[in-house]
Amino acid sequence: MGHSESSSSQAAPLEASRASEGDKPNGPPLAALMAAAVGTFVLGAITTLAEVSEGLKDWLVFREPVGPLSGKTTLATGVWLVAWVVLGLAWRGKELDTRKVLITSVVLIVLGVIGTYPTFFEQFAPE
Amino acid sequence: MSLSEREFWTVIHGLVLGTLFLLAFAGGIAGLWSLRPALVTPAGVHERLRRLNVGVWTMAAVAWATVITGTYIVYPWYREAAESSPRSQLLANSDTALWHTFGMEWKEHVAWMAPILATAVAFIVTYYGERLIHQERMRRLAMALFTSAFLAAAVAGLFGAFINKAAPIR
Repeated sequence: MGHSESSSSQAAPLEASRASEGDKPNGPPLAALMAAAVGTFVLGAITTLAEVSEGLKDWLVFREPVGPLSGKTTLATGVWLVAWVVLGLAWRGKELDTRKVLITSVVLIVLGVIGTYPTFFEQFAPE
Repeated sequence: MSLSEREFWTVIHGLVLGTLFLLAFAGGIAGLWSLRPALVTPAGVHERLRRLNVGVWTMAAVAWATVITGTYIVYPWYREAAESSPRSQLLANSDTALWHTFGMEWKEHVAWMAPILATAVAFIVTYYGERLIHQERMRRLAMALFTSAFLAAAVAGLFGAFINKAAPIR
């Protein structure tokens, strides 16, 4: 009983503080989400494409001791950062449809994971 | 009581950073889970957010440190062309080849998703600050992303542990 009264009396100021502070636009956090999804998708896509093309696999050797993994991860990280900057600027101060961005992001992340799954990308390796 | 340079970096990559990652994840997910008006007092929100920020940024930083040390320090030793390298040893035996062709091949790629996703979570937590307690959808989104980052790291960590058992880097 005492706990319940205490909780309700403490929740009220939180509601009040919300009203006084106002909500921040969801554009920047959704830009962070979408950029992360793009980065993971690119990682999966490059991993699979490197199996399709021996030329691409060789080109991805940015550092010899690491092999093609150096190029795959450098490109994915670079695309992630660029996407974050571009989307962050484009969506700054904006209120977006969370559902649309969320669905698109989940699809990209799932595709990215599939692209890195050996059983999948080895299907594209030359015989 | 001595470690070679290679064993030292394998321990740093897999054990030290891996343990920090687990601790940061546990703290971060617990913080995000309980960040609800009914569970946090006004006075507690500020202190809770400070700890949450430390937890999520630590997890992101540790995840980056783990993949960078793994890819650029430990992995070159694993994939050396020499017959004694772990990769060569695993592939030389049909009973162990799958540790490389499936385990290592998946681990080395999927691990990089962990820091990217964890950094997005850290940004979301910092961006909203104390307002996150009223952003139910964003809080749930952060938890889902945080868990996804953890799962990616868990796949990499588990395969790393087993592969290092089957063919240790020395």
